[in-house]
This record gives sequence, structure tokens and C-alpha cells, in this order.
Amino acid sequence: MHKSLTLRSGNFSRRIDLGTLARLLLALTFTLLVMLGALSLGKVNLSPITVLQLLWQGGDGSLRFIVEQLRLPRLLLAALVGAALSLSGLILQSIIRNPLASPDLLGITSGASAGAVLYLSFFSLLLGPQFLPLAAMLGAGLAAVAIYLLAWKQGTSPLRLVLIGVGISALLMAVTTFTLVFSPLTTTLSAYVWLTGSVYGANWSEPRALAGCLLVIMPLLVLLARQVRVQQLDNGLAEGIGVRVQWLRAGLLLVSVALAGAAVAWGGAIAFVGLIAPHMAKRLVRPGFAGQAVMATLVGANLVMLADLIGRTLFLPLDLPAGIFVAVLGTPYFLYLLINQPH
Amino acid sequence: MSSMSTRQLTLGYQRQVIIDALDLQLPAGKISVLIGSNGCGKSTLLKSLARLLKPQQGSVIINGADIQQRSTSAVARELAILPQMPSAPEGVTVRHLVALGRYPYQSWMQQWSKQDEAMVELALQQTGVQSLADRPVDALSGGQRQRVWIAMTLAQDTDIVLLDEPTTYLDLAHQIEVLDLLRELNRQQGKTIIMVLHDLNLACRYADHMVAVHQRTAFAQGKPSEILTEALVKQVFDLNCRIIADPFFGTPLCIPFGREVQQ
Repeated sequence: MHKSLTLRSGNFSRRIDLGTLARLLLALTFTLLVMLGALSLGKVNLSPITVLQLLWQGGDGSLRFIVEQLRLPRLLLAALVGAALSLSGLILQSIIRNPLASPDLLGITSGASAGAVLYLSFFSLLLGPQFLPLAAMLGAGLAAVAIYLLAWKQGTSPLRLVLIGVGISALLMAVTTFTLVFSPLTTTLSAYVWLTGSVYGANWSEPRALAGCLLVIMPLLVLLARQVRVQQLDNGLAEGIGVRVQWLRAGLLLVSVALAGAAVAWGGAIAFVGLIAPHMAKRLVRPGFAGQAVMATLVGANLVMLADLIGRTLFLPLDLPAGIFVAVLGTPYFLYLLINQPH
Repeated sequence: MSSMSTRQLTLGYQRQVIIDALDLQLPAGKISVLIGSNGCGKSTLLKSLARLLKPQQGSVIINGADIQQRSTSAVARELAILPQMPSAPEGVTVRHLVALGRYPYQSWMQQWSKQDEAMVELALQQTGVQSLADRPVDALSGGQRQRVWIAMTLAQDTDIVLLDEPTTYLDLAHQIEVLDLLRELNRQQGKTIIMVLHDLNLACRYADHMVAVHQRTAFAQGKPSEILTEALVKQVFDLNCRIIADPFFGTPLCIPFGREVQQ
């Protein structure tokens, strides 16, 4: 029997898997070490002790500027983007019941990309770059609504969502490419960096805005978390135990789209995180949504933080977009999944 | 003990009527079996008994109340349904799957009460799958898996259990094992069991009450020994046969004729 801890007090009760809890604590420790490492490394290498001293006690002005104003906001943005994409993918995979489901495959990322590229080409000169995240979120939202409505036929089925998602995604990629071909070179370049996904040059306003978005979305997920598991049952069984499957699925889809949309809005179209991070998380902890969700959040955050760390340190003086290295790390794993898929 | 009945129940998809104005009485504390040819609507009927399909007209009634009027979780505490060939979430263990049966008793605050724990243990024990509790469901054999699904419906702690062809794809020994288990639950705990079965002879042996579904209604209902006749089999299944008394159990035994036997 797996060791578990049961908490009961009045009307409150929970069962916690101790193995999962231990692994989560380990993953959290690893995450903190990665963060400390990422704050230490760069054009100027500092010792971790110096970084901690700078963060706790302040100190030398220019070093403090590097850590607090250049590296920390960028690191936090990378962590939040990775966490949100990974969580979004985990939810989608549970709704669709297909290990290949991810925000990339389902048109959400391509919707955001189309929104962002259209904005960069037609509105950014007029309105400035600050509304770019909004345009990307709008694109993601519209794509998701279109997919959901087109997939509706007396309720939605996971398979219809995937098929229509793939179709819409292809269409939106065509829109993106078409717009890029007819844009001036400078727009194409900035669009290209955005499409690869980058946290380059992040200042504090960006992680703050993204964290704000996530704070709005997360309570809904916390409320629905208990039901993620039951909606994975067949419709008949789930409805039989009293689950309103269609409402639940719509609610979870909304959470997933909002998470991916927000992440992509501030981090660009970073591919693969939403696909592979949830899979890694599922292999690291036992089944059970709450544990998997926390693990997926940590894995996603680490993946993008490490990718960005590689991008900005390994090829100095170049500073390459994090999206490239997520893809470099992700593609072999993706192929491995495809080849080893049981069904 | 809970009884179920339908009043002028009409079921269908879009324009197509599958069950037409059916009045049915399913006795409390008994095993009722629905029989009928493929596509006759018996599975559709079972779904509507479990409120998974909204009637076009009429109603399904448990203990005097229309199930469509009640909250879905209240109904889930009175009846459980096991659909045909369900699939389990990826990687889920037996114990966790059975625990999902406790869903209608739980809330955001209350997710693992003492009662939940006790009922899950009892369900594992009654179905004899305790030793498999920590195994993933996908790794089990067909017969074991079916017992696990039955354990989940037991954890739901309902008076009524509906099952759609619980013996499909099981070999004969495991079919008998599942049916014996269901009869034991019926006799020992007074659960009302309503199921769809294809095998007429097993249906006759295990059913207290039998309903033959044909031409959008109940062609006949009653004790198997009273209703299962050669004429019924000819009408409902379009099959020539001879019905004799089972030499061992005494229940009706249907010997189907193939083409080579002339009446």
C-alpha cells in the first residue's frame, strides 16, 4: 500500500500521498537551486553567496542592478511562462485524454501567434508595443472559442476538439505566414523573435502583469481540481456519479486557454513546454491531479528557466531566445513519445 | 430497498423514436434483466433509467419521485450505473478508481472522510480485489477489471445498481463469477439490480424479473419461467428454438436452431 497521510478536521478531509509530497519538496528545492544558479551566471559571473547577500542585504549598486533589475525579472518571467504553459498542457491532456494534446496542437498558440503578428504588422506603429500581449491573448481566446463552437454537436467530444483544433491551427499558421511575407523586414524580425518565444529584456512590469493574470485564473482551477480526475472517466460513468461533464469540461478548457494565452502573451509562442513538461511531471509523481499539477508547474518553470539560461550564457555575446532551447530539449523527447505511444 | 418504474416513457434521438410510451415496473430488491435483439433500445432504456438520457416524454421514477426533477448528485446516491466496457483514466490504481465512486458524497472541503475510507475498503473486500488495490487498472485481466468496476459502483453505496452487459468479452467462467457476485450483493444487501444481458440462458438463471424489449416497448415482462416461450423468442429475436427446463436449475433453457433444423 502506498503510504499516505490523511488529514481530517471537522468538515475538512484530504488524503495526501507521502511519496508525491516528498518528490514535490525535492523538485521545489531543485527549482530554488536553478533560480540561484541562473541569478549567478551571465556576462558577469557572481558567486551564489554574493547573489544571496545582494538580495537580502543590498550592496554594490551596479551588481545589485544586474541581479535585481536585469536577471530577476527575466528569471521570474521565464518561470511563470513555463509554469503556465505546462499546467495548461496538463489540463488539456486530461480533457482530451490524448498524450499528444497541448496548447500548441490545439490552435491556442497559433491563435496567439496570429494575433501577435497581425498586431505587429498593422497596429504596433500606431499604438506602440504595449498592447502586444493583449492582441496575443485575444487571438488565443478567439481561436479557442471558434474551436469549441465548431466542435459542439450535442456536447463536445475530445476527439472532435482535437481534430478541429488541428484544422484551425493550420489555418491560423497560414494567416501568420501570409502576414509575415507581406510585412517590412523589421516587423518580420521582431515577429520572428516573438514566434520563437523569448523573455529577453524583461523588466519588472512583465512578470508582475503575468502573475496578476495567473492570480485571477488559479482560484477557478483550485475549485475544479477535485473534478479533473472524474471527468477522465467515460461520459456515462462520470454523469452516473453526478458530474456535470459538459460544464466541467468547458470550465477546464477555459482555465487551460487562459493559462496558455497569458503565458504566450508575455513569453511569445514558446513551443513544446505545454507538451513535454506535463509528461515529465506525470512520470515523476503518482497519478492524482493535485500532485501532478504542482509538479507540472515546477517542471515547466525549470524547463524555460534552463532554456533561457542556456540561451543567454552559452553563446555569449549573443543572447538567443529561450524558445530555441526548449525545442532542442523537447524534440527528442517528443519523438520518443510518438514512437513509444501504446495506442 | 428502492423500486423503479417508468411512466409513459418515450425515448429517442431527434425524430427517431426508440422507446414509445413505456410503462415499466421493476421490483425492489430483485434482479431484473432486460433482453432483446441488437439495436432494440434496451441499452438506451437503461441509460434513461440512470438519467443519462433525457426522455422526450414521460418519466423515470424512483421511490415515487421523477429522477429528472432531482439533483444529479442526489440521484447518484440512490443509483449507480456501470456502462458497457468503460475505460479507466491513464495509470489510475484500483483503490483510486474505486474511491471515485465516493464522488457524490464529497465536496471541495470533504474529500476523504472516514465513511469514504470505510466504504472503499468494504467495496474492495466484497468484490475480492483487495490484493489488487495498488495495481494500475490497465494492468488487470478482463475479469479482474470488471470486478473493480463493480467495486466502484459499490463504493457509491446505492440501493439500485444498473449494469449494461456486465459479462461482455468475458469467458464463461468469468461471466458466471460476475453474475454470482451480483446475485450475492442482491441477496445479502437487498440491492435492486437491473441489467442488460445477451445470453438468454444465463439471464433466465439469474433474473427474478425479465423484460423483453421489442418494437419500442416491453413485449413481455415477468418471471423468466412465465414469459420465455418459443413464441417470444421467435417474435423478439426472429429465431426458431426449443425451450426446455434446465436439467440442473429448472429455469428455461433455450436451444436455438440453425438453418439446418426444420421446424
